[in-house]
Amino acid sequence: MSYAETHEHHHDDHDHKPTGLGRWLFSTNHKDIGTMYLVFALIMFFIGGAMAMVVRAELFQPGMQYVDPQFFNAMTTMHALVMIFGVIMPAGVGLANWMVPMMIGAPDMALPRMNNMSFWILPFAFTMLLATFFMEGGAPAGGWTMYPPLITQLGDGFPFLIFTVHFLGVSSIMGAINIIATIFNMRAPGMGFMQLPLFVWTWIITAFLLIASMPVLAGAVTMLLTDKYFGTSFFIAAGGGDPVMFQHIFWFFGHPEVYILILPAFGIVSQIIPTFSRKPLFGYESMVYATAAIAFLSFFVWAHHMFTVGMPLAGELFFMYATMSIAVPTGVKVFNWIATMWRGAMTFETPMLFALSFVFLFSIGGFSGLMLGITPADFQYHDTYFVVAHFHYVLVTGALFALMGGAYFWLPKWTGHMYDEKLGQLHFWLSVISVNVLFFPQHFLGLAGMPRRIPDYAVQFTEWNMISSVGGFVFGISQLLFVWVIIKCIREGKKADEQVWEGARGLEWTLPSPPPFHTFTIPPKVDEATAHS
Amino acid sequence: MSNPQDTYFIPEPSKWPVLFSLALFLAFCGTAFMFNQYLATGNMPGFGSHLLLLGFVAVFYMFYVWFRDVIDESLSGVYNNQVDISFRWGMAWFIFSEVMFFAAFFGALFYARVYSVPWLGGEGAGAATNEFLWPAFENVWPLLATPDMTVDGLASKFTEIKEVIPAFDIPAINTIILLSSGATVTFAHWALKKNQRAGLCWWLFATVFLGFLFVILQAGEYVHAYNDLGLTLNSGIYGSTFFLLTGFHGFHVTMGATMLTVILLRSISGHFTKENHFAFEAVAWYWHFVDVVWLGLFIFVYWL
Amino acid sequence: MSAGYMKKIRGAVISLFVLAAQPAWAEYGLNMPEGVTPLSRNIYDLHMLIFYICCVIAAVVFGVMFWSIFRHRKSRGVKAAQFHHNTTVEIIWTAIPMLILVLMAIPATKSLILIESTGDSDLTIKVTGHQWRWHYQYIEEDFGFFSSLAPESNEARQLKSGIDPGEIENYLLEVDNPVVVPVNTKIRFMTTASDVIHAWWVPALGWKRDSIPGFINESWAIIEEEGTYRGQCAELCGRDHAFMPIVLKAVSEDEYYDWAGDMMVAVMDAEAGADREWAMDELMERGEQVYSTFCVACHQVNGMGIPGAFKPLVGSPVTTGPLDGHIDTVMNGVAGTAMAPFGMQLNDVDVASVITYERNSWGNDLGDLVQPSMIAERR
Ligand code: HEA
Ligand code: HEA
Ligand code: HEC
Ligand code: CUA
Ligand SMILES: [Cu+2]
Repeated sequence: MSYAETHEHHHDDHDHKPTGLGRWLFSTNHKDIGTMYLVFALIMFFIGGAMAMVVRAELFQPGMQYVDPQFFNAMTTMHALVMIFGVIMPAGVGLANWMVPMMIGAPDMALPRMNNMSFWILPFAFTMLLATFFMEGGAPAGGWTMYPPLITQLGDGFPFLIFTVHFLGVSSIMGAINIIATIFNMRAPGMGFMQLPLFVWTWIITAFLLIASMPVLAGAVTMLLTDKYFGTSFFIAAGGGDPVMFQHIFWFFGHPEVYILILPAFGIVSQIIPTFSRKPLFGYESMVYATAAIAFLSFFVWAHHMFTVGMPLAGELFFMYATMSIAVPTGVKVFNWIATMWRGAMTFETPMLFALSFVFLFSIGGFSGLMLGITPADFQYHDTYFVVAHFHYVLVTGALFALMGGAYFWLPKWTGHMYDEKLGQLHFWLSVISVNVLFFPQHFLGLAGMPRRIPDYAVQFTEWNMISSVGGFVFGISQLLFVWVIIKCIREGKKADEQVWEGARGLEWTLPSPPPFHTFTIPPKVDEATAHS
Repeated sequence: MSNPQDTYFIPEPSKWPVLFSLALFLAFCGTAFMFNQYLATGNMPGFGSHLLLLGFVAVFYMFYVWFRDVIDESLSGVYNNQVDISFRWGMAWFIFSEVMFFAAFFGALFYARVYSVPWLGGEGAGAATNEFLWPAFENVWPLLATPDMTVDGLASKFTEIKEVIPAFDIPAINTIILLSSGATVTFAHWALKKNQRAGLCWWLFATVFLGFLFVILQAGEYVHAYNDLGLTLNSGIYGSTFFLLTGFHGFHVTMGATMLTVILLRSISGHFTKENHFAFEAVAWYWHFVDVVWLGLFIFVYWL
Repeated sequence: MSAGYMKKIRGAVISLFVLAAQPAWAEYGLNMPEGVTPLSRNIYDLHMLIFYICCVIAAVVFGVMFWSIFRHRKSRGVKAAQFHHNTTVEIIWTAIPMLILVLMAIPATKSLILIESTGDSDLTIKVTGHQWRWHYQYIEEDFGFFSSLAPESNEARQLKSGIDPGEIENYLLEVDNPVVVPVNTKIRFMTTASDVIHAWWVPALGWKRDSIPGFINESWAIIEEEGTYRGQCAELCGRDHAFMPIVLKAVSEDEYYDWAGDMMVAVMDAEAGADREWAMDELMERGEQVYSTFCVACHQVNGMGIPGAFKPLVGSPVTTGPLDGHIDTVMNGVAGTAMAPFGMQLNDVDVASVITYERNSWGNDLGDLVQPSMIAERR
């Protein structure tokens, strides 16, 4: 929170802004809540990253050097839970909070008090989750997918894990409802749905995915809970249930979830690329339809995570075809981005660098995803480092890179100061090189036969693991630079004007940087010139 | 900003959201501690349950103060039409999220009936499963005897069901009760729209009455199931799906009836106008949702 | 870091630069192995096909992107065009990927149909995953055995063991009892599990299959080359998931029948002891063996367990309490915990001896002696 506090004096006098701790605890202001979300996500990123560093350190060479296997599994599990639920999702919601009202010309979010509750649940929820480290039986160690029966072997941490998931679900659903209500109901006059900036569109669809999928996860973990404490047998064959049933329900949530992580990233990239190409986004309508198509299809592909559980042939074929078909709308998006660059006048500031590397590296992750979706081949790939490589390409160089690009893109707007371009670019180049050293070799490891979720491995996997670990450490340390850039920007960055970027278009760029505490209390009039970028 | 109706109402900073989060945190932690305690000692009372009680009271208090603020604001007229629409979207999507929650449990029911139980019973590709692991287990629904009973006999971990609750008995009566309550709440709405206060209150009262009647009858069924039928949470997948589906539904009916009671009390004290009564409508929507879920339950859990 | 590692790293870096050179691929494990069954070759070919298609698409797509990045930059003084729409190209770039996908789906569908044809097998092996070892049951010949991580690897893999894994042959990929099968025979594998989900995976066969408690999944293989093929459990199954390897020995049919004959005799011998009286030292010796195979992973060599995860057996109310409770715990496990019902995995002699061992080791000195017949009574 601290960095936003330091720039208080920039605000206009007339917007009587609450002060002190109460400003944050009791906030009903979308900008403050957005800031809290973003800072929270950044902190959690370091916690989840530190866990990944333990994983990479143990995997640096064969043999068990530092941690017990059980603790290693806990590291893997908690790393994923923290990164997904504590970093990417909150960061996305944080951006939505900050930007959506400003982009659509709304005075705030539709339901401001509920907005604050969506945020404040998070610190409590993660307190609960992280506290499991100190409990008998340790932290959850059954993978972030929480498959039974293994997960029910967890000790005292078990009910805390379940309730954390419930808690996070409540937060996400409330957040998503708020975003939908805001976009449906609070657009400035003249701002039709087809005038919305693409970031706003991706958030409508993401919010829908959240509301449709989080309750299903809540149901699944509730069944885990009753299986363990109340004698039910949803996931116990002896009682007529099936452990695999959990996987079906989980992935019915889980696959839409991964698009919850990536769609806002698509939105960010769709704002950045036109700006720095100085050219309107190519194929706006098809971008919207493609996003909707991805979301729609995402509900019919879940079983591609469980091809090896022994489904009937018809099921395997159906889920293979459905999975492959997602490449089409995603391809449309990639092609549109490239067509936006085509014959533009590009410059390569840090946000653009992140966006370009997103297009390139996310697509690589997409290609490996497509390969995983081919069922017979997945019989080999499944549960190997090939999968780990796939999802880090889409999650780290996909979702995370887009979020970082977004942070650089809007930082001047939020703080009123320019960040240090040189340092930003240094951060980018360090990150983009080390992240590939980190994750690219994992493709080889997976193909050569290294299973995932193992703390120790056969010696023939040594080389690539060492390289990967070194890449991991460099990537981790590089992220300290990110924090430094943000702090430096707030403290001594040179003043930013309202436009910030030459090619920027949209309502948010008509506001001063930083925008006053309350904006658009009187709705702006939207015309062609200020409509979507 | 002379007329509050011109601008969208943005509430002042409020203590309730963060305190509500804290209250939920206490309730969750309390429950978790309680479960752990129970597993370790076989005893419920203790630190966990005290914490749960505290959290529970706090959650209720938060509902009370938060809604009190909202009601005050509503009565003072700061909500314009646009705020009203936000509430509508909010409630509609909340109900959708509830639909998806129930979908998970219906999904479990269908999965068991269509897929896993037949497999265990040796159908299709399940021949080997049945032959080697659960010989003599048959795929029937309702599933009275669990697969492990065919192997372990009396040593089974589960309770054998003697009989299930027939659809055209109390459940059918409950269906009628709930459907009628859907009608009465609509009558109440019509009365309100015609500004007939007495009609409003009486029809609401009837709805609340029917709602609680449903809950009482359902509770009676549970007692009967546990005491006489051997139908418990512990009687295999039939008991599991039966109790979680009907249980969560019953919980929602209770919530809905409680909310209706609040609406009834507010109606009696003269709240709501014929144009402006979103709280009433929200609860009515919720009530209809609970109704529709019951129909699904009646058909797929009790009847077919 | 040893000199060996440095050499390997150098090798890896070099091979990264000569990716295209096939020999380097094999040596440094860059690609999927082709395997030794018709299925595995089929899957390998499919893998290479989709990989190459993706490479070509990537080359085209990124080619355009980089072209644009190099040519259409402001520093070259270009002025941005303002077009933002073109229905024709949009239709084209929706249709072409669809076509490509159909092209991929055809061979994929064929492979899948082949993989699922499990009928007409000559040999059936039931593979059961346990935390953390595999059990193989030969259905036709009616014998079975456990297969656990080899002792040398097991010693080296302990936390801070100080043993260099590089010194151990097939570190983590060696077992005490490999599963032996004949070549050129259609083998049906039935996978299941006793406690949690595991997955049985030998890359050379081309597939992995989850082993799920309470269900049986079927897969098949015809191994065409004699040899030893190694794999690992491929589904997170708890603490020692990394330490339950699979070693599959494919031998000629004659060799196989010799081996199977020996196995059947060994099983008969083991059963023979069940109804006689056993002496204390016999039981203790056997008990130590059983303990170190089945129990040590959780309860540790010194019987102290792992605080917070696995209960100690030293001075525990169960191991020093009534005998009945002890037998019950070992045979039926503790529901909802990692303590499995070992009555299903161990025969009477094993259960009797391990209980005797536990009651008379590490300072437990009850002097109790449990006979196999006592266990048999409780079955
Ligand atoms: C941001 C998150 C994200 C995204 C966007 C994706 C995108 C995709 N994923 Fe991924 N996935 C994960 C996160 C994500 N995934 C995670 C976290 C897991 C592991 C979970 C776990 O087990 O812990 C996983 C696992 C996973 C599996 C299971 C693997 C296994 O466990 O065996 C599969 C299998 O089908 C899969 C497929 C796909 C596909 C087909 C896409 C597609 O959406 C990709 C589409 C994109 C492209 C194809 C590239 C661009 C397209 C073009 C340039 C057009 C032309 C292309 C062609 C015609 C080929 N993913
Ligand atoms: C958005 C999600 C996300 C993100 C951002 C990341 C980021 C990273 N992930 Fe993670 N990961 C997952 C999601 C994510 N991961 C998921 C879903 C799984 C599957 C879990 C499962 O199997 O259940 C997984 C699993 C996973 C594994 C496999 C573990 C296993 O199978 O046992 C590995 C191994 O290398 C790994 C590594 C990393 C690394 C090195 C990073 C790095 O990018 C992290 C970089 C960040 C930092 C390092 C923090 C910042 C810096 C500091 C803290 C300063 C100090 C730095 C040093 C001391 C060097 N991850
Ligand atoms: C997968 C891990 C695991 C393995 C392997 C295992 N145990 Fe256990 N064992 C446990 C756990 C966990 C408990 C504690 C259960 C509980 O919470 O009551 C336990 C408890 C026990 C107890 C009761 C101790 C007490 O004080 O309550 C005995 C006796 C025991 N095990 C014997 C054995 C024997 C004999 C074997 C091998 C044949 C074995 N265990 C293998 C995990 C294991
Ligand atoms: Cu068995 Cu992993
Ligand atoms: Cu998926």
